[in-house]
Amino acid sequence: MAAASSLHATAAPVAAAAAGSRSVSAARSVRVAGSGAARAGGRMVARAATKADSPASAASSKSDGHEVLLFEALREALIEEMKVDPTVCVFGEDVGHYGGSYKVTKGLADMFGDLRVLDTPIAENSFTGMGVGAAMKGLRPVIEGMNMGFLLLAYNQISNNCGMLHYTSGGQFKIPVVIRGPGGVGRQLGAEHSQRLESYFQSIPGLQMVACSTPYNAKGLMKAAIRSENPVVLFEHVLLYNLKEKIPDEEYVLCLEEAEMVRPGEHVTILTYSRMRYHVMQAAKTLVNKGYDPEVIDIRSLKPFDLHTIGNSIKKTHRVLIVEECMRTGGIGASLRSAIIDNFWDYLDAPIMCLSSQDVPTPYAAPLEDATVVQPAQIVAAVEQICQ
Amino acid sequence: MASFTAAAKFLAPVAAARSGGDSRAPPPPFPSASLRPRRKPAPSRLRTVLAVSSDVLSGNKSAPAAAAHSAVTREEALELYEDMVLGRIFEDMCAQMYYRGKMFGFVHLYNGQEAVSTGFIKQLNQADCVVSTYRDHVHALSKGVPARSVMAELFGKATGCCRGQGGSMHMFSAPHNLLGGFAFIGEGIPVATGAAFAAKYRHEVLKESGPDGLDVTLAFFGDGTCNNGQFFECLNMAQLWKLPIVFVVENNLWAIGMSHLRATSDPEIYKKGPAFGMPGVHVDGMDVLKVREVAKEAIERARRGEGPTLVECETYRFRGHSLADPDELRKPDEKSHYAARDPITALKKYIIEQNLATESELKSIEKKIDDVVEEAVEFADASPLPPRSQLLENVFSDPKGFGIGPDGKYRCEDPLFTQGTAQV
Repeated sequence: MAAASSLHATAAPVAAAAAGSRSVSAARSVRVAGSGAARAGGRMVARAATKADSPASAASSKSDGHEVLLFEALREALIEEMKVDPTVCVFGEDVGHYGGSYKVTKGLADMFGDLRVLDTPIAENSFTGMGVGAAMKGLRPVIEGMNMGFLLLAYNQISNNCGMLHYTSGGQFKIPVVIRGPGGVGRQLGAEHSQRLESYFQSIPGLQMVACSTPYNAKGLMKAAIRSENPVVLFEHVLLYNLKEKIPDEEYVLCLEEAEMVRPGEHVTILTYSRMRYHVMQAAKTLVNKGYDPEVIDIRSLKPFDLHTIGNSIKKTHRVLIVEECMRTGGIGASLRSAIIDNFWDYLDAPIMCLSSQDVPTPYAAPLEDATVVQPAQIVAAVEQICQ
Repeated sequence: MASFTAAAKFLAPVAAARSGGDSRAPPPPFPSASLRPRRKPAPSRLRTVLAVSSDVLSGNKSAPAAAAHSAVTREEALELYEDMVLGRIFEDMCAQMYYRGKMFGFVHLYNGQEAVSTGFIKQLNQADCVVSTYRDHVHALSKGVPARSVMAELFGKATGCCRGQGGSMHMFSAPHNLLGGFAFIGEGIPVATGAAFAAKYRHEVLKESGPDGLDVTLAFFGDGTCNNGQFFECLNMAQLWKLPIVFVVENNLWAIGMSHLRATSDPEIYKKGPAFGMPGVHVDGMDVLKVREVAKEAIERARRGEGPTLVECETYRFRGHSLADPDELRKPDEKSHYAARDPITALKKYIIEQNLATESELKSIEKKIDDVVEEAVEFADASPLPPRSQLLENVFSDPKGFGIGPDGKYRCEDPLFTQGTAQV
């Protein structure tokens, strides 16, 4: 089942992928079928690559779906999983009685009780480690960092225990935790509340990382992360919680390791994730008016990269632009760039460009903060440069 | 039996200040000071140390140590003896093997501390959990991990309990509920807290009740760890939610070369329990019978759902911090003071004096353990090293997280890998 989303308005759902085929080929057929509609309407149509056996039919959706905000989509996912599996529980600061700082866990404590939705004291390292220990003994904790940045305090537990214990125990214990929280640069929240931890965590062996960006993929990825036997870090973004989209009524789960084809195109592959997806799509409007045809992929899976989808795109367009919110130094873009060079060097007609945030602590003042992150105008200029 | 919870409220105002180099005076037979309420603040914290025992057996307030423990049967005594001897002989063999180049890296031996491991862990069921630090070989053995598995792990062989992937500081055993083996001090305590949380959760949410009560978790760690944030954070959370956990401090006075007194503003660790609302108990960790009494009560408390206990065991490691530690800072008289309190010698003496067994029976236990450890070494020697192909195994429980195929390249050419982990 495909869905549409944009920053400003909702669009009607597009016909779903054919069931029964492999997810990749299904995505391809949908993309080809739908691209005309996307351009004709002038609206941005986002399409999620779906699992082959998700409940989708080729003809139409069974129902109209329902509109949710992104934080509600995450909440729905949590509720669904907690209803089905009693070992799923939530730990975090203010997740229970307060309902969560971003309302992702609103009402859950009333539904599931204070033990399943555990209000923790302010002790990130310890309650993250507690999640690890509980996971080793059969529970499936969803650990919330009130802001992703706070999880820096939990780095000891995330690196040493989440990442490593399955290995150092010789496979005896699994750590099926989900670590989630809002990160990224917000609106003048100051440097410490504007951090991008995906670059810090990406080297940790044994950890999987995904970033959601739409209500549709937020719900699907949250469910997948909870069901995964691996420790998964789910990166949400402070500015995306109020995105509105119509999502299916039927249950669906997305693939953690898969990228999402946002806008098919021919001229250049733009790889992005999280909030920068929207800056890219905004730039794409301008680019289309200027006659360019960018292919936009929301990589979603930050570790491991979906080099299959990415590679197919590069083989078609031969030009790559990465747009990310991480700092330039050691960011996701840096790793992605080297992975592309290792695997797809022969297919490149131009050097890979990577637009990242400045290597500065995020300033408070608005114009400085705007200059820290990549803006659509820079993306347009970069595409023009690549496509020369 | 007097509950130590009563004793714990009225902790003796005996300072544990021990200046770095001075030897401790040998403990005089102690009066019932430990049970007397504190009437006025102690004038000074710097006093000579008395060895304070929890003295949970009422009516034996001034009895010498031996007579206070008539409540152990022959079978129990022999089990305790055998377990401590196993710990000692195993660790001695580790030292030998290390110097012969069979064992590598950082190896931290437990010699001298056996009473704590045996006294506590022998009170546990299979379903109870143990979480340790890098000084974990003997905790593993007491919990029931076979000596050959531990030795093979130390040799880095594929037959080790962690397939050779963990090593000395990362002993794990799922069947024995040994949850590690942690190299960074303090990082195991939250894991133990989580295991205890899971036990409470199983009881209250999943409605799975064990016949005895809650499954208990023991967290072992040292004096150095008690200055670490995770210790305090977990004391708070464990008491807040009344988790079935016992925090066992193996205070051997030294964190590598840092004396406990030089590192800690208030060195009496057991007092930090009541600050969080739980009992804090101090026990002579060189006496396995005393440890056992305290352990029994703490574990039963946890099992009944009454919450955590902080137990500080005064103990000592006869060897250096690790096999790489030259151990030059500790004074000879301190070492000899504790060598005279060797827990194995003490138990042997007790067993013989109480006529629980004969000298030759104890000798035969020692011989049996010698054979067990020899066999463990032979097994480890004969075992294969892990093959290179094992390198990428066990990184992820679900290997789709890897993104890299067996040939070392990204699996981008294999579309099957994107089929996802979740089954709808």
